[in-house]
Amino acid sequence: MTLLEVQSLSKRFGGVTAVDGCSLSLDLGSITGLIGPNGSGKTTVFNLITGFLAKDAGDVRFKGQSIAGFGPNRIYGLGIGRTFQLARIFPRLTALENMLVPVRRSGFRALVSRGQWNDERTRAMDMLAAMDIASVAGLLGGSLSYGQRKLLELAAVMMAQPQLVLLDEPAGGVNPALIERIGEHIRELNRQGVTFLLVEHNMPFVMGLCQKIVVLHRGAVLAEGTPADVRGNAAVLDAYLGS
Amino acid sequence: MTLILEAVVFGVLTGGVYALMASGLTLIFGVMRIINVGHGALVILGAYLSFALLRSAHIDPFVSLIITMPAMFALGVVLQLVFIRPLKEDREALSVLVTYALALGIEGLLGFLFSDNLVQLNAWYETASFAVFGFHIAYVYVFGFGLCIAILAGIFLVLYRTTFGSAVRATMLNRTAAQLVGVNVDRVSAIAFGIGVSTAAAGGVIFGMTNAFNPGSHYDLISRLLTIIVLGGLGSLRGAVIAAVGMLIIEDVTAVVISPVWASFAFFLLLVIVLVVRPQGLYGIRVRERI
Amino acid sequence: MRSPSWIRAAKWAALVLVLAVALLFPAFESDPATVNIAVFTVMYVGLATAWNIMGGYTGYVSLGHAAFFGFGAYAFGLVLAHLGIQAGYEPFLFVPIAGVLTVVLALVIGWIALRTRAATFVIVTIAMMFMVQLLAENLVGLTGGGSGLSFPVPPWTGDFFDTPFYYAMLVMAVVSLLLSWWIRRSKFGLGLLAIRDDEDKALAVGVPAHAYKLTAFVISAGLVGMIGAVYGYYVTYIYPQYAIDPLVGISLVLMVFLGGLGTLWGPVLGAVILEPAQLWLAYNFGASLLYLVFYAAVFLVVILLLPRGIIPSVGDLLKRIAARRAVGPSDTASTSDAHTVAGVPSP
Repeated sequence: MTLLEVQSLSKRFGGVTAVDGCSLSLDLGSITGLIGPNGSGKTTVFNLITGFLAKDAGDVRFKGQSIAGFGPNRIYGLGIGRTFQLARIFPRLTALENMLVPVRRSGFRALVSRGQWNDERTRAMDMLAAMDIASVAGLLGGSLSYGQRKLLELAAVMMAQPQLVLLDEPAGGVNPALIERIGEHIRELNRQGVTFLLVEHNMPFVMGLCQKIVVLHRGAVLAEGTPADVRGNAAVLDAYLGS
Repeated sequence: MTLILEAVVFGVLTGGVYALMASGLTLIFGVMRIINVGHGALVILGAYLSFALLRSAHIDPFVSLIITMPAMFALGVVLQLVFIRPLKEDREALSVLVTYALALGIEGLLGFLFSDNLVQLNAWYETASFAVFGFHIAYVYVFGFGLCIAILAGIFLVLYRTTFGSAVRATMLNRTAAQLVGVNVDRVSAIAFGIGVSTAAAGGVIFGMTNAFNPGSHYDLISRLLTIIVLGGLGSLRGAVIAAVGMLIIEDVTAVVISPVWASFAFFLLLVIVLVVRPQGLYGIRVRERI
Repeated sequence: MRSPSWIRAAKWAALVLVLAVALLFPAFESDPATVNIAVFTVMYVGLATAWNIMGGYTGYVSLGHAAFFGFGAYAFGLVLAHLGIQAGYEPFLFVPIAGVLTVVLALVIGWIALRTRAATFVIVTIAMMFMVQLLAENLVGLTGGGSGLSFPVPPWTGDFFDTPFYYAMLVMAVVSLLLSWWIRRSKFGLGLLAIRDDEDKALAVGVPAHAYKLTAFVISAGLVGMIGAVYGYYVTYIYPQYAIDPLVGISLVLMVFLGGLGTLWGPVLGAVILEPAQLWLAYNFGASLLYLVFYAAVFLVVILLLPRGIIPSVGDLLKRIAARRAVGPSDTASTSDAHTVAGVPSP
């Protein structure tokens, strides 16, 4: 079943066409990798899907419903979460508070004191423990190491239990041992039913984790298929090494 | 009909002065990302400096610029070094408070030295005018406008034709990147602030020749200048110039067509309308933090 | 992670003590000049706390709050006049109406101003304030224009005059503090703080930033409007340039910055320190404009020496002392671990 469908998405910035008729689809429960040389439009596609940029043409459909034009918070409410290329957390809030921000409460209940959110606190602590960062729960986000921030960012995004998570360079900027752990966390969450779309430059990581790879080049899909297919594709090699 | 034409002409002429003052303000914002709420007070300070020179040494206001502009440039650099540069955290908000404090200090000092009375810079040729299209334009307006054009042209030349100008523009676009390519952003900031303040001196002379003023005049002035730079897009010189002339024309025409009382209101109303339609102003960029 | 029970007990005791002093103050102090200073101080406690709900929690600094202060005063005066309310204690019951009307104005101003971010927002609030001032000056039929607007004159006189107003201001200050405290503890407040730290990230995790910002803005404005209403009644006659006074708007911001932006008690501390100082300066130097020079000097010293405000600076100092007392060298991790030796788990 198709969870997310991107149809001929286009976006221009002045004279530059960042995304040029990009189409891809994600099946429920899959882990898909989005790769491509620098400047191929990967993060722009992410921003278009998650509502940070307005599209010029095309459509994005989530569970059959068009979400093009929705704001980022509404899209998160529908069940699509994302992380950022440089891990973003709230520096002046504690790690635990970071976990509680995404918890959804609407209307008047939003005013109820968060001292009473025992369920959510427990779930947050459990999630922090699953990521092995429970010890930093009381520390301010700004004092965490970069690796801790990356894990915190992922854990916090998962608090509202999104069905689809877009990860922007989850393996970027961290040591190999942590990369392994992050890969494990992604696999575990996927086993629990979360669909993933990753942008990555770390080829071993992506090839080892994803069932399907989509290659983006100059804003359009150049090739897609299993990791093996893509690895052997001459056009893909050309795009990366330049011709 | 002649009245409207006259209003448009005056709008252009006075718009030039505001364009000059606003360009200094937007330049300062562009380079340092601070809102110099004291810019109006600096304009008035420039006006009073020329006033003092006129009264004591009988120096023509335009001529006094030879003294006041460099002096105010130096003042600007000093102010930046002493009061702005030390601000590290929360720069935007704190700089507003700091520059407001400077404005108050200047207002207080001028009030102490010159009292609250309204004054004006009166040159001997002040009432001389020439006739065109059925109404009169005083020469001071034209000289003032000419000066504005000259200084603005000078600024554009420096920005687009000199190495220093490139450094300034680089700092405006991306401070960190500019540092990485070797631009001394601290020095650029100080000099840019100095330039901004010296344009205030020039603006002060022209403003002071065509308006009665006292130390408290800076409030009205800064509210207009801020409105202009928001309308033009923060950091955009082109936007500041166009917005200044545009708003002054609309204000003057409103004064003639509706009433002078509502002219000021029209000024701010225009801001509201633009913000609703295009929050980033005419030439501003939609600010989205690093995505 | 809760602080030890004796610290909590001490905090409660201090709170009760402060409240007792505030409540009983007029009974012990008979000098009307002092009570007058107290009225204005408590007024600024309320104003600063209310402003902090927007400026401190969301990080959107409004320099135009004087507009709401003056608007509240004008609205109150006009309501009293239209409903024919006689002077006395009755008018105090109608203060909330001024609050509601101010909320309506804030919705309009807020909706426009919040289309912008950071720097532009500050400027727009300033522009809005001047617009409101212009309207007050020019809608002569409604507001009396430059001639001002009068309020019913209370029947109580002499030394007792200030006392009911002191309590009215105290009520407003307490209400503002309670709201501020409640918001800070709620999910709404957490969202505001997230917006302050990183608005786009807050959006990405589902915080309805626009609605939250507007709500904070409107609550803040409504409180300020009500305080303005009490002020109008207190001074019995208001003029556009004094009711909608940029100096009032900037003073309350400075108080919040001095005490600690975004903290609960920072605004209170800032108001209690600065307002008596301001009144003293005005009293001694107000005739000449030198008063402004001194005020500016105080301003600049405060900002340059304590840019984060008193409470956060003191908090930092205490933390550093505590950390130095802890076992072993300081272990607060803060730098990137991207280069840790391979194979060794990093966090």
